[in-house]
Amino acid sequence: MIMHPAIALIHFGLGPRPDQNLPPDSRAWLLAQLDGPGAAAYPTGLLDTAGALAAGRQRIEMRKETKNKIPKDQDPVAQADEADQRAEAMIWVGAEDSFRERMVLFWANHFTTSRRNGGTAALLGPFVREAIRPNINGNFPDLLLAVMRHPAMLAYLNNENSVGPNSPRGLKTHEGLNENLARECMELHTVSPASGYTQQDVTAMARILTGWSVKRDGADAGFLYRRFAHEPGAHVVLQQRFAEGEQGGIDALRFLALHPATAQHVSFKLARHFVSDTPPPALVSAMTTRYRDTGGNLPAVMGVLIDFPGAWPQPGQGVRKLRTPVEYVAASHRALGFDASQAPRLVNQTRGLEQPIWGAPSPKGWSDVASDWLDPAMLLKRVEFAYVNAAVGAPKADVAALPALALGPYASPATAKAVSSAGSRPEAVALLLSSPEFWRR
Amino acid sequence: MRHLPDLSRRSVLLGMPALAMAGGMRSAFAHAPTDRRLVVVLLRGAMDGLAVVPPYGDPQLAQWRGELLLPEPGQPNGLLDLGGRFGLHPSLAGLHQMYGDGDLLLWHAAAGPYRVRSHFDAQDMMESGALQRLDSGWLNRVAGAMPKPSSNSARPLVAGDSMPLLMEGRVPVASWAPDNMAAKIPATLWSQIVTLSAQDKQIGQAMREGIATRGFADGIVDQSAPAKGGMAQFAGPAGELLAAPGGPRIAALEIGGWDTHQAQKPHLADALKQLDAGLVALKQGLGDAWSKTAVLVITEFGRTVRANGTAGTDHGTGSVAMLAGGAVAGGRVGGTWPGLRQDQLFENRDVAPTTDLWSLAKGLLRDHMGVGGTAMAQVFPASGAAPQSGLIRKL
Repeated sequence: MIMHPAIALIHFGLGPRPDQNLPPDSRAWLLAQLDGPGAAAYPTGLLDTAGALAAGRQRIEMRKETKNKIPKDQDPVAQADEADQRAEAMIWVGAEDSFRERMVLFWANHFTTSRRNGGTAALLGPFVREAIRPNINGNFPDLLLAVMRHPAMLAYLNNENSVGPNSPRGLKTHEGLNENLARECMELHTVSPASGYTQQDVTAMARILTGWSVKRDGADAGFLYRRFAHEPGAHVVLQQRFAEGEQGGIDALRFLALHPATAQHVSFKLARHFVSDTPPPALVSAMTTRYRDTGGNLPAVMGVLIDFPGAWPQPGQGVRKLRTPVEYVAASHRALGFDASQAPRLVNQTRGLEQPIWGAPSPKGWSDVASDWLDPAMLLKRVEFAYVNAAVGAPKADVAALPALALGPYASPATAKAVSSAGSRPEAVALLLSSPEFWRR
Repeated sequence: MRHLPDLSRRSVLLGMPALAMAGGMRSAFAHAPTDRRLVVVLLRGAMDGLAVVPPYGDPQLAQWRGELLLPEPGQPNGLLDLGGRFGLHPSLAGLHQMYGDGDLLLWHAAAGPYRVRSHFDAQDMMESGALQRLDSGWLNRVAGAMPKPSSNSARPLVAGDSMPLLMEGRVPVASWAPDNMAAKIPATLWSQIVTLSAQDKQIGQAMREGIATRGFADGIVDQSAPAKGGMAQFAGPAGELLAAPGGPRIAALEIGGWDTHQAQKPHLADALKQLDAGLVALKQGLGDAWSKTAVLVITEFGRTVRANGTAGTDHGTGSVAMLAGGAVAGGRVGGTWPGLRQDQLFENRDVAPTTDLWSLAKGLLRDHMGVGGTAMAQVFPASGAAPQSGLIRKL
């Protein structure tokens, strides 16, 4: 199996940039990115979680003053959200460690939070920066815990106001359980329905998570465990008993994280995202075993993936993964060597292709299979964006070298010929960015 | 009074709102050395001049072009009448009107002094104004020969998403493109893209479905609906910016879609409709300033006289250059027509070039913009071409 450096960048990363050299040792390049947090060079001025919560409060105050809708350019939440999206786009376009960025994208999608629910908009960027990035190369239990304690997730899946019916608060106000977080945690994030969990398990998990809430004001705004909202008593999930209190929740999450069904589920999702829509069972099995042997150590699991024969698609063999809109637009901007000034365009293009950043329609997140991204009208839209990006980028690009740069060993003779004999440089670049090879990774 | 375009943040760079919105303000340019506007439109991909302004009576034409020919003037869907032995492609209805007004000069058998058959190389030379690719374009050097603009809003203007080499150089330029411009992809390009997509079973299938729902005929991307979006979207606002007191006086635009190696009839019609709508929009945007404007429309080379095996043509030499504007002495077909007999063809394949493109450009620059000899030598270094006279109306 040839571990071609261009394949590392295209298949495991976000695509090559003309001003970044191909790594001489592609395996080493990947392994180096399995070490350490997914930190990135963000611009200054972005809000942290406490700041995002303050922006939310500020907007509520503004809404009290004026009954009208606040214009976007005066809305602190919308402004923070836009700034976060642009910052993330800048990272995607410029990152040298784009394999790390792919992992951040994967985990942010696995643990989907979205502005479509829960009043979360300013919290989404901080969620990625504070809960996801530091934990991508740690153990899955730690990542899960960080996610489940982040206000974005607690708000998005309505756990903020989930109250134990028999808690002091529940008895007083008759507020009740909201099972959303518990259900999605089990169904989507950890054990999955394959584990055979029952409705009782979900309800028990919801009881365990009562009180896991958000303090929305003050300098210490953020996660808050509200013990007066917690459902008293021990609770049993998947035959395991967990004590009352906050620690019971921490223990329950750890239990779910290390459950064999989670090992299987997470391994399958990683393999499907990074390797193939129908990942080889032997790969999933090997990753599952490594997960179980290491307590969910993500670098170890990813190490199995990287070294698996067949994880590096060879030219002409099989069908490569289709780039999602975000991956396609990011790869386009990278191939053309765009800088941060084009970040707003990138953000707009992801919206135009119906994959708005942190805007997934459901907690399931964005699909990882090609059939969900092949809407014909959206493919024509990809071509339109290729044309615009080409117009902007062609004058400064080395057009002759672009097919080899952007497609590596995947360039077909037909595409190479079309590009070199195109009617103009902008058209040549548009052809390249519209080629089927470029739409796959 | 036309209102100015919805100015994006980028266009605020030009400082336009402050100056232009204050109607009645005395402009710093009220007594400027020149109120003349110069626009250059680049047609990328080698426009087939022979099909745009065909000598329809010439029997040789039918011999070389057979199935590509359009009906003669007066026939249904026929060429538009230019009053002599040439006709005008029917997709250029707006330009035909300008011709009738005396505002359009069609110049046949023009070519740059370079003889290369690669689009990229030829465009480099066409934009550099030289026999090799330079770091700057000739239009930027023209701007360098003009009096320095007193404000950023008067900087030479590039309208559209692309910054052409033509406008690169020492002189700072401004660029403007509409927000969310509806991309108008030329038929030639759509055709190639669909062909390439067929290499991938999954993507090819979905693309074919997408194209079908857009009403494109199978195999040939036939966009017979009126051109929407594209050049008109940025040419109109460019005209308005050029018209404004204190606005730019030099501008560049470009459009592609001219490389009609196959299915030339529908593909060329598509590109010409774009161009026509764009130039009409430019004229409308300019308003009263049209009378002081000259637009030079050029392509890097022409196409073969003989049709090829895919109902198209290949790279050639002589083509048509156009000069449009109220300042232009138009209403005629200029140049020296070389003829279409085999022995009259260039290298037995192309329309022979009889006018150097730089003669036309120099004639325009000298008589319309007042560019003198020394400056001209810097605009077109190492060009011995004599400026063509008679392009600009005497005032």
